[in-house]
Amino acid sequence: MSIGHALLGLLESGPKHGYDLKRAYDRRFGHNRSLHYGQVYSTLSRLLKNGLVTEAGVEAGDGPDRKRYAITDAGVTDVEGWLNTPEKPDVYLQNVLHAKVVLALLSGRSATDVLDSQRAAHLATMRELTRRKTGGDLADQLICDHALFHLEADLRWLELTAARIDQLAKEVAG
Amino acid sequence: MILKAENLRKSFGSTPALDGAGISVKAGEVVAVMGPSGSGKSTLLHCLAGILKPDSGTVHYQDIELSGLPDGERSELRRTHFGFVFQFGQLVPELTCLENVALPLRLGGMSRRKAEAKAIDWLERLEVTSVKDQRPSETSGGQGQRVAVARALVSSPKVIFADEPTGALDSLNGERVMHLLTSAARDTGAAVVLVTHEARVAAYSDREVVVRDGRSRDMEFAT
Repeated sequence: MSIGHALLGLLESGPKHGYDLKRAYDRRFGHNRSLHYGQVYSTLSRLLKNGLVTEAGVEAGDGPDRKRYAITDAGVTDVEGWLNTPEKPDVYLQNVLHAKVVLALLSGRSATDVLDSQRAAHLATMRELTRRKTGGDLADQLICDHALFHLEADLRWLELTAARIDQLAKEVAG
Repeated sequence: MILKAENLRKSFGSTPALDGAGISVKAGEVVAVMGPSGSGKSTLLHCLAGILKPDSGTVHYQDIELSGLPDGERSELRRTHFGFVFQFGQLVPELTCLENVALPLRLGGMSRRKAEAKAIDWLERLEVTSVKDQRPSETSGGQGQRVAVARALVSSPKVIFADEPTGALDSLNGERVMHLLTSAARDTGAAVVLVTHEARVAAYSDREVVVRDGRSRDMEFAT
């Protein structure tokens, strides 16, 4: 998740100070991982340096004065480019799991145990996400569904590998 | 344990379907039975529900050994203690959805009025009262399956057997059926034995048992 792009996107609705941005980010994207103030201000300072945001006045309050930030035209172009660029599909865990399975076969350990243990861990996470989803709002449901579909794809790979374990054992032995 | 099967063996002709499979299910627990096609998971479910008699091994429901019961008593036990949801609903096509849900109660001798009042409660709970006067062929797949879940739950079963209950549904309807089925089962304290090949469906369970080549493995002990 690019925090810089997320903050830029949040600034498109109008200038905000750091505290508002943190609250808006946490509410929309934070879920299990809220932003630290340090992350917000270091990101804003980088965006400012790169000309993607500008200072839009200072708000006086009981505490220290608070700077407001506004997105620049360059910032809008940048966030638009980010939104239009697909994320690189990742291969997630397969490389590690493949290595574990092959090493188990090479060392005479049970590769099925390796796969089953991973499968149980995956399903435990899927149960947790399903519980969170059923008790959550629509944003929770969509985020959990995304994770669930990815984990399901991993599980299908684990099942297929388990079904091919004898074949793989022969290749590894050869 | 409300249900316990040990060392089940079952062959169809010379083809073995179960080769020493076993499973334990606690009251109120939702257990997913997973495995590749042809691994024996549906045969295991049919043996657990007393639909099939294993060639050897035992199935205990509470203190009753199912294969020791005469056919009539096993049928009676299935009707009064078990509920069933299958992939294609298997509702009676000539009856309305309301009559379908009331059917298990009517077979048990309950009056039509009382049975239909209870059936309406379950149709409401499964959010399908709008189709109560329609025949199953006039409903969508998701609605029909929710009617089937209502029928499975109407007689307050102790165990619900669900064989690929979302297999014919799209993701959204499948999720809805699973949510309603498992939450209704948890509310009533019924155990659920859920056969599925879909991990997202199995994720509604408390525990998973995998069947491969007719043998079972409790995944709780795989980690």
